[in-house]
Amino acid sequence: MGTYIARRLALMPLLLLGVVTLVFVVSRTAAADPIASLVPERLLGNEEVVAAARARWGLDKSAPEQYAVYIKNLVQGDMGTSFRTKQPVGHDLAERLPATIELTVAALAIAAIVGIPAGIAAAIGRDSLVDHVVRLFSLIGSSLPVFWTGLILLYVFFVQLEVAPSPGRIDLRALPPDHITGLYTVDALLGGDFRQAGDALHHLMLPAFVLGWAVMGIIARMVRASMLDVLNQDYIRTARAKGLTGRQVVLTHALRNALIPTVTILGLSLAALLTGAVLTETIFSWPGLGSYAVESTRTLDLPAVMGVAILGGSMFVVANLVIDITYGLIDPRIRVS
Amino acid sequence: MTASDSMADAQSLDVIATGGVQAILRRPKWATLPVLLGGSVLLFWIITALTVQWWAPHDPIAIVDTRLLGPSLDHPLGTDALGRDVLSRTLHGATASMPVAAGVIVSALLIGGTIGAVAGFFGGWTDAVLMRFTDMMMAFPPILLAMVIAATLGVGIRNAAIAMTLVWWPGYARLLRGQFLAVKNYDHVIAAESLGAGRTRLMLRHILPIAFTPLLVLSTMDFGGVVLLAASLSFIGLGAVPPYPEWGSMISEGSRRFYDWWIAMGPGIAILTVVLAANFIGDGVRDLLDPRTKS
Repeated sequence: MGTYIARRLALMPLLLLGVVTLVFVVSRTAAADPIASLVPERLLGNEEVVAAARARWGLDKSAPEQYAVYIKNLVQGDMGTSFRTKQPVGHDLAERLPATIELTVAALAIAAIVGIPAGIAAAIGRDSLVDHVVRLFSLIGSSLPVFWTGLILLYVFFVQLEVAPSPGRIDLRALPPDHITGLYTVDALLGGDFRQAGDALHHLMLPAFVLGWAVMGIIARMVRASMLDVLNQDYIRTARAKGLTGRQVVLTHALRNALIPTVTILGLSLAALLTGAVLTETIFSWPGLGSYAVESTRTLDLPAVMGVAILGGSMFVVANLVIDITYGLIDPRIRVS
Repeated sequence: MTASDSMADAQSLDVIATGGVQAILRRPKWATLPVLLGGSVLLFWIITALTVQWWAPHDPIAIVDTRLLGPSLDHPLGTDALGRDVLSRTLHGATASMPVAAGVIVSALLIGGTIGAVAGFFGGWTDAVLMRFTDMMMAFPPILLAMVIAATLGVGIRNAAIAMTLVWWPGYARLLRGQFLAVKNYDHVIAAESLGAGRTRLMLRHILPIAFTPLLVLSTMDFGGVVLLAASLSFIGLGAVPPYPEWGSMISEGSRRFYDWWIAMGPGIAILTVVLAANFIGDGVRDLLDPRTKS
C-alpha cells in the first residue's frame, strides 16, 4: 500500500507538468491573439503601442522561451499576472477558491442527504413506485442543464414568490464578513454575526440546490446498485432465515457494507460537481473559480486560464488519489497489488 | 362466396387479430416503456433537424413581431428581445445540436477507438505511452479543458465541436484497450494468427467485432452528455455565434432578461427532452446488458 501511494504521488508532478504543457501548447497554437484583450480596441492599429504591450507581457518572445519562463516561475509558485485583473493569478485564485468550496460542499451535502436515503429506499422497494420515482427524479436531475434550472428557479423564487434573495453571495448592500476561512457562512458565525450568517446561508440555498440536484442522481443510482448487490448476498439470506425483521436486516446487516463503495461516489460526482459549478456560478453571479474560468477564457486571459486549469487539474488528481487510497483502506479486497 | 367461407375468413381474421395483440403484448425484452418513449422523442428531434426548414412557423432569424411578447396563439413560446419567434428558433436549434452531438461522438469513437485498439493490441511501451497520454487528458475536468480549447480555437460551433471531440475520446480509448487486451487472447484470434493473418486483419476482422459492443453501448449513453456539453459551451459564449439559433446561446440570451421567462423556456425543455430521451435509452441498454440491475 505504501509503495502504491508513493508511486501515485511521484507520478503527480509529471501529470501536472503534462497538464501545463498541454494547456500551453493548445493556447499558443491558437488562432486567436490575446493582444486584443490587452490593448484597447481603438489603439490596436497603433503598432508602437501593440509592440510595447507585447514586450510588457512577454508575448514578443518565442513560444519555447515563454514556456521556459512560465515553468521556471511556476516552480517558484508564481503563476504570472492576469491580463484582465492585472493581479497575480495566484492571488486571484486564492480569493475565488473559498466561494467555490462553499458552494460545492453545500451542494454535495444536499445531494448526499437526499441521495443516499433515496437510493436505499429504491433498492429495498425495488420495482415499486418509490423505486420508479427515485430513478425518474435522478434521471431528470442529471439530464437538466443546470444553467437553465438555475434560471427557472430564480424566476420562480426570486421574481415571482420573492422568497429567494438576488444572485450573489450576500446582500448587495452588506459588507462581507471579516476574512477568516473565506466561507461567508462560517466567517459570519465565527464573527458572531448570526443575521449575516443567515443571509449568507439564504443566498447559498438556491445555487447549492441546483448544483446538488445534478449530482444527487449519480449518488442515488450508485447507492441503489450497491445496496441491491449486498441484499443478494448469502449472509443477508441467513439473517432473514434466522427470523430477523426486514428493518433489522437492512439497518444492521446490509447498510454498513452497502455504503463502502459509496466512497467512490465522491470520485464519480467530482467531475459533475466541477462542471456544474462553472455553470451554476455563472447563472448566480457567484464569484468563484467557475465564473473566473468563464471570464478568463472569454477574454483569452492566458495566465489566468493556465492558472485555473492547473488548479482544477490538481484538485481533480489529488481528490481521485485520496479516494483511491481511502477505498483501499476500507476494503482490503480492492487493495492494488 | 359461401357463408362458411366468410365464417372461415372471419375466424382467420380473428386469429390474426389476437395474434397481433399478443405480439404487441409479447414485445421484445428491450422495448420497455422508457426506451420506447425515449426512442420516439429522439426520433422526433432527428426528423425535426432534417425537415424543420420546410415547416417551422416562422423564419428563425427574421424579426417577425413586436419584441418580448409573451406566449400567444401566434407565438406559442413568445418572442425574444429582438422580436424573433422563440418556437421557430427552438425547433431550428435541433439542426445545430443533433449533428454536432453525432459528429462529436463518431469522431471521438474513431480517435479513441484507434488509440485504444493500438495500445491494447501492441502492448509494451506503445501501450504505456498512449495510456499515460490518455490518463493525462482524463485528469482534467472535461468542461475546463473544453473551455480552454474552444476559447483558443476561436468562438464558433465547429471549433466547439473540435474541442468536445478532444475531451471526449479518452474514455473510449481506455474502454477499447481493455477489450482488446482480453479478446486478443481468445482461441479464435490465436488460431487466425497461427494461420498467418496479418496484424490489420487480426485487429479489424477478428478482435474489433467482438470488442466493439461495450463501446457502442457507452457511446449511445453519451449522446445526452454531449448535447449538454455543447449547450453549456454555447451558454458560456464559446459555441454557436448569434444570431444562429442554438439552445445554449438562446438560454444565455434568456438569462440576461430573466423576468421574461419564456425566452429560455423553449430551448431548456428541448435540451431536457433530448438528454432525458438519450438517458432513458442508455438506461434500457444497460439494464439489458448488466445482470445486476436487471429485474
